[in-house]
Amino acid sequence: MAELHIKGVTKRFGSLTANDNISLSVATGEVVALLGENGAGKTTLMNILFGHYVADEGSIDIDGTTLPPGSTDAAIKAGVGMVHQHFTLAENLSVLDNIMLGTESLFSLTSKVGAARKKLINLAEEYNLDVHPDALVGALSVGERQRVEILKVLYRGAKILILDEPTAVLTPAETDQLFANLKNMVARGMSIIFISHKLHEILAISDRVTVLRHGTVVGEVVTIDTDRAKLAELMVGRKVSRPKAEHMEAGAPVVELKDISIAGEKGMPKALKDVCLTIRRNEIVAIAGVAGNGQSELAGLLSGTLPQDSGEILVEGQKVTDNNPLQFLQMGFGRIPEDRHHTGTVGEMSIWENLISESLRQSPLWRFGRIIDFAACRKRAAELVEQFDIRCNGMEGQARLLSGGNMQKLILARTLTANPKFILANQPVRGLDEGAIAFVHEQLLNARSAGAGILLVSEDLDEIFSIADRVAVIYHGQVSSLLNVRETNIRQIGAMMGGDMKAVA
Amino acid sequence: MQLEPREHISAWRVILAPLMAIVVAFIICSGLIIWTGESVIDAYGFLFIGGFGSKFALSETLNRATPLIFTGLAAAVAFRAKFWNIGAEGQLYFGALAATILGTGVVTMPSFLMIPFLFLAGAMAGGLALIGPVLLKSTLKVDEVVTTLLLNFVILLFVNYLLEGPLKDPMSMGWPQAASIIDQGVLPALLPRTRLHIGFLVAISAAVMIWALMRYTIWGYEIRAVGANPTAARFSGISINRTVMLVAILSGGLAGMAGITETTGTKGYLTLDLSPGFGYSGIAVAMLANLHPIGVVLSAIFLAGIYVGSDSMSRAVNIPTYIADVMVALSVLSVLVSLMLVQYRVRWK
Repeated sequence: MAELHIKGVTKRFGSLTANDNISLSVATGEVVALLGENGAGKTTLMNILFGHYVADEGSIDIDGTTLPPGSTDAAIKAGVGMVHQHFTLAENLSVLDNIMLGTESLFSLTSKVGAARKKLINLAEEYNLDVHPDALVGALSVGERQRVEILKVLYRGAKILILDEPTAVLTPAETDQLFANLKNMVARGMSIIFISHKLHEILAISDRVTVLRHGTVVGEVVTIDTDRAKLAELMVGRKVSRPKAEHMEAGAPVVELKDISIAGEKGMPKALKDVCLTIRRNEIVAIAGVAGNGQSELAGLLSGTLPQDSGEILVEGQKVTDNNPLQFLQMGFGRIPEDRHHTGTVGEMSIWENLISESLRQSPLWRFGRIIDFAACRKRAAELVEQFDIRCNGMEGQARLLSGGNMQKLILARTLTANPKFILANQPVRGLDEGAIAFVHEQLLNARSAGAGILLVSEDLDEIFSIADRVAVIYHGQVSSLLNVRETNIRQIGAMMGGDMKAVA
Repeated sequence: MQLEPREHISAWRVILAPLMAIVVAFIICSGLIIWTGESVIDAYGFLFIGGFGSKFALSETLNRATPLIFTGLAAAVAFRAKFWNIGAEGQLYFGALAATILGTGVVTMPSFLMIPFLFLAGAMAGGLALIGPVLLKSTLKVDEVVTTLLLNFVILLFVNYLLEGPLKDPMSMGWPQAASIIDQGVLPALLPRTRLHIGFLVAISAAVMIWALMRYTIWGYEIRAVGANPTAARFSGISINRTVMLVAILSGGLAGMAGITETTGTKGYLTLDLSPGFGYSGIAVAMLANLHPIGVVLSAIFLAGIYVGSDSMSRAVNIPTYIADVMVALSVLSVLVSLMLVQYRVRWK
């Protein structure tokens, strides 16, 4: 149905060359994966293809016709459809309304709802994308919302589908479903560009892989001729391996949770039910579970932002009486939040201001009581930038401009510099590329060696099995007893995540 | 038409954009002047001469700017923390009440103590007027826009009652006005034979102090963090309620000081027409200054100049003084648009 040729595209932002002479072709019925670390230029390239940016050099041909640069309309007309990583749906409207929104003219005198509904139902049937047209988007699961996004693109007649990190928000089961749907679509003649940095997904879904690094194409391989290690090396430019935990004797208990319960939202069951958990020094305890089973409440509890309704927290045997973030910081807690942008950093403030946000009230970064000592703060921040290799254009720049990996390094730097005795790491590597994941894991393992007790909340079992010492599963607000990672396996934990708490290894 | 965020925001753009915006507002306004049949050059000429053209005009403008600097700072501080204090008008009257109650003879001190004492009392009264809305916000999440706005009318009616009753000056021949501030409390004139008083200098030093507070202190850091991202601010250990309380007391206190300069400086006694909406104009002043404390001084002088100048313009040519309100409104709107254009570039397709 459609053939796409990107020819020699170059795009510069000031002194930065985001895309340097990139060429890429996609044939009908083919899945081409675009692999690269954060900041390698994947998103820029797709924005050029979709007409959001105008390329400085190069052109884009679809079925032999060159697209006019900078025109989103032309790209859509030519059959390019993009499913963004962050969904662009209105939660208070139905599926059908969302799909018609922006597609059908507002100035039409006759309503096209009937025809639209029919077209939508046909599309959903043809591509096996099961969604009810009248369901409210707000009531849908993440996987279903993604289906709506795909349907929206198909409704507009897309023949070339671009998926930007589509699995970042999906559970493993939802990912499998998505892949089945994609394979079905390809079989019907769609072309797909699959953007990701997750190697096993790329190996599972793509026909060919184009690897980008620092804005240039560093490799084009046929998927069946390659493997995980080769792709990783191409992507990062050197051999990377994720660190693994060496065995280590755990020390004294540092944080103990005793019968903690937290009420759910109105009319919902309890978010946490009688949770008991002990984290000792020199160990990483992982909490596995499907998102939404009480992880965010557990994380809120240990960040000091959400007090428990009953039960108690003991820190080195002492009962915690005052639940607030400052108190937890002063007790020596380090916290890596799930949402880097929303909770972890103040995007509008500078990098150095974010780096000192937790230590500002504690260490001598001020004079005369309340005056900030700029020189001392900048010096401290500069040391952290250097030590944690935070790549930035100077410390005065806004934190929101950092890439995901560098923002996570900022948070790690801020957290670890206080030498915490306990660290809450909530999804610390979500959305990060291989190099950054290895870095984060290494830092957590170093903190463990230095004597910290770490609670790792994760949905990624690979992560848990590579760095955790003990693991518990959270399901419907209940936390299982702790299992030694060496005495269990992915199958048992997977079954427990699905609610079968009596599963055996 | 599409907006695209700029990667780099240059400093000269930030400074130049509002100035260009004001030029644009004046150009739009000339349309209205042409409509009245008068000469645009004459109108703006008289406006400028009336606002800035003589020692007297300038002193009147700076006198008018004084309360606007205070209310502008009140809005700027509060809005920086995303605390939407629309109640500066009421807080101003609370400050004026404090001046009236304490400054009409109950307390007598020499000038160099009396004047700071009255400023402090006015600031405390203004801050007090915001305690209710803050507590309602932090405990029950009541929207402060509604409470502070409505409190303006409550306070104004309360002042009305006091001026008709307990605080009515028996020597006022029946007019609803309070007794005069005693001589020790009256702000000395800055220039002889003008109404410009030292309140103007107090306002400027307040602006410098607020600027330094926001930039150099931990309080300022916390206020900016809470305004920019309350979730992250709370996560990093900043108490939101305490910060908002601090902001409210600062904001209310600054607005209360506007009440002090008007009663003890410009008027000499409290009446119900003490403020022609200084509290509300303060919001325009703050927006025009992009919430920058030093910018507030400049934008307050600019606004005051337009108001004062438009009086003499309307006397000289046949244009109603309402044109001043149109100019201020257009300036605020175009400055807001220009600030957006500093952050984003427009792409036409």
